[in-house]
Amino acid sequence: MAGRTVSSEALYRALKEAVLRMNVELPADVTSAIRSAFERETGRGRTALKYILENIDIASRSRLPLCQDTGMIVAFVEVGRGVSFEGEGLSSTIDRAIADAYREGNFRKSVVADPLNGRANTGMNLPAVVYWDFTESDTLRVSCMAKGFGSENCGKVFMLNPTAGREAVIASIVEAARAAGGNPCPPIVVGVGIGGTMDRAAVLSKRALLRDLDDVNPDPYYAALEADALSALNALGIGAGGLGGEVTCLAVKTAVAGTHLAGLPVAVTINCWADRKCRVEL
Amino acid sequence: MRAIRLPEDSGLFSTLRAGDEVLLSGVLFGARDQAHSRLADLVAGGKPLPVQLRGQTVYYVGPTPAPPGRPIGSCGPTTATRMDPFTPALLKAGLVGMVGKGKRSKAVVAAMREAGAVYFYAFGGCGALYAERVRSSAIVAFEDLGPEAIYRLEVEDFPVVVAIDSTGEGLPAFLAST
Ligand code: SF4
Repeated sequence: MAGRTVSSEALYRALKEAVLRMNVELPADVTSAIRSAFERETGRGRTALKYILENIDIASRSRLPLCQDTGMIVAFVEVGRGVSFEGEGLSSTIDRAIADAYREGNFRKSVVADPLNGRANTGMNLPAVVYWDFTESDTLRVSCMAKGFGSENCGKVFMLNPTAGREAVIASIVEAARAAGGNPCPPIVVGVGIGGTMDRAAVLSKRALLRDLDDVNPDPYYAALEADALSALNALGIGAGGLGGEVTCLAVKTAVAGTHLAGLPVAVTINCWADRKCRVEL
Repeated sequence: MRAIRLPEDSGLFSTLRAGDEVLLSGVLFGARDQAHSRLADLVAGGKPLPVQLRGQTVYYVGPTPAPPGRPIGSCGPTTATRMDPFTPALLKAGLVGMVGKGKRSKAVVAAMREAGAVYFYAFGGCGALYAERVRSSAIVAFEDLGPEAIYRLEVEDFPVVVAIDSTGEGLPAFLAST
């Protein structure tokens, strides 16, 4: 493993660009999933999909944010052991890139400093929610999403009985989506974290959302679970915009971890059609 | 698809049915959480309101900052459910239309039926699309609330769907169970 040097300036520039783009351009996998939903939808939700596609075009042409809720940033940072980082600290470089992107992009600053006492807006869209991982590679990778809260407020954690089994996991996913109805701006994308502890399952549910919508889980057991959960969600009939139809969900993605023999944590993160994510690799 | 001018045509709201697609043009008052809380307090205290709500329509919105040369930034709907505690007071003050996304409580639906009011669904997340259909935007009340002030928006061909009509009938995903 060759050691590599990455400068804080290089990360700052790449990440700021990526965050600026993330709020005005949807990733290709998401846009194509919405387009194919529009093609097969026959219910009332078809109208919502039509306007969503028009909105995607307008945002990328006008550079106006796709949605006025430009979200709270959730970032996964993977630091390769072969990377030496030079200049400003890694954490403050990431913060600066986010704050500057939100200012330069005229994005809405949606983050308050104290959740309860005063709720004063920090004016910088910080703090972000940042998770750190250390890998054996020689790259530095930052994966981000801009998480809107209309959908984030629909997330749920279920501490299932260890013997509850696969059907109970699917039922939990369905229960979260049914309760959410039209509030999370369907068609939704669902991230499911299974295993670990309550908090680990929740983090995994976010990490699962970073997967490409059209990837197939390499583990056939979970690939089948994802497909079955997707069909169950689309049978709900909520439809795009909550207007009714066959397409309520674009994809279900799982991520799993070992857990205690006495438990089966399941965390469900719901994301809206504005499934904004980006990745920077140096 | 029906075209409706606001506030002139708000008398036609009683002819709209849940599921109808409508294009709204004219005046919408942009107001969200803080403005609603203040308006409801004024109504409860029998005090005069800083904007005349009779026959008017509110839009639940919290836009991104306006980029240079544009009247407004991205401005899709925000969740109506959060305004539910304040909505009956505003309906009592003459409000007849609401535009937003998400479910409404049973108490709001009952108050809507009494007032003959309509709740329109604006396509969630379509902030850029709606921004292009706003002709002007100006603060008209509660300036101290900054982005949560009340705005007067002039809109053209704002696409919406009737989510709950004036008889209290609604598309299922917009009716809360409580
Ligand atoms: S749920 Fe998503 S698409 Fe809908 S308003 Fe919030 S951020 Fe925008």
